[in-house]
Amino acid sequence: MRIDCKHVWEHISAYIDGEVDVELRAEIDRHLETCEICSAVLDSTHNVVVLIAGDRVFELPTGFSERLHTRLDREMELAGPS
Amino acid sequence: MAVSNPEFEAECIRRILAGERQLFHSLIRPCERAIYFLLLSLLHNEAEAEDAAQETAIKVYLNLKNFRGDSQFRTWVLSIARNEGLGRLRKQGTRREDSLEADIDEQTGDYTPAILTSWREVPSEALERKELGALLRQAIEGLPAIYRNVVLLRDIEEMDVRETAAALDITEGAVKVRLHRARAMLQRDLAPRLKGFAPTRGGLFG
Repeated sequence: MRIDCKHVWEHISAYIDGEVDVELRAEIDRHLETCEICSAVLDSTHNVVVLIAGDRVFELPTGFSERLHTRLDREMELAGPS
Repeated sequence: MAVSNPEFEAECIRRILAGERQLFHSLIRPCERAIYFLLLSLLHNEAEAEDAAQETAIKVYLNLKNFRGDSQFRTWVLSIARNEGLGRLRKQGTRREDSLEADIDEQTGDYTPAILTSWREVPSEALERKELGALLRQAIEGLPAIYRNVVLLRDIEEMDVRETAAALDITEGAVKVRLHRARAMLQRDLAPRLKGFAPTRGGLFG
């Protein structure tokens, strides 16, 4: 089976997560060897996944944790044992 | 990501229920980020999300004796957070973005990725951290809610497919489909912009 670019794009996310079966992975790998476009799409999608996971892009608001635990203390005091 | 530790959690819960309530702080701490960002994603307002996060933590404490341990603790906590968020949306009379979009979810067609051949390196060296962070946040915030929630839990909080499905009350198949589409949208949105940044930072990719 020869797969085309569109077919590869459909499986990119699963490919990145290691969720495609051995056979399909081999097909995709074979396609990537010769297709500059798909390997760029794969690399850039992978980059996006790495960037949003790695960089702590989303930070909690300053003081969030302190305020949360202060309020919890107060509420736990009021509520008594859980 | 805070790694979940079922033995620690079970022991904590047992002791909290036996009266050591200060331990609740340690139990809930690893879930704080996920609670807040799930709520921010639903409510779109930092102050509201923070208040809802506090309410969620209080509800978790008050209902701790009802936790059965048949799901992961964090999954249970996130479903309480999700209900808190949806309850607030209902009160505000906001139509649920995710149910609206779920209708069209299965109909949306193919996507075309951003075709480019020169952006391959992870550009974190080339970009100011802050600028990069702002770009990524903007792109994620621009996603429709049903996709944003999944990206948030899967790619940012690094929860697995099962846990994400349970927290959002959708099937594992839907998690995979939405994650795929979300990543495709992010790639399409971000790849050209991140690439455009590079030459102004010293031509590393030129």
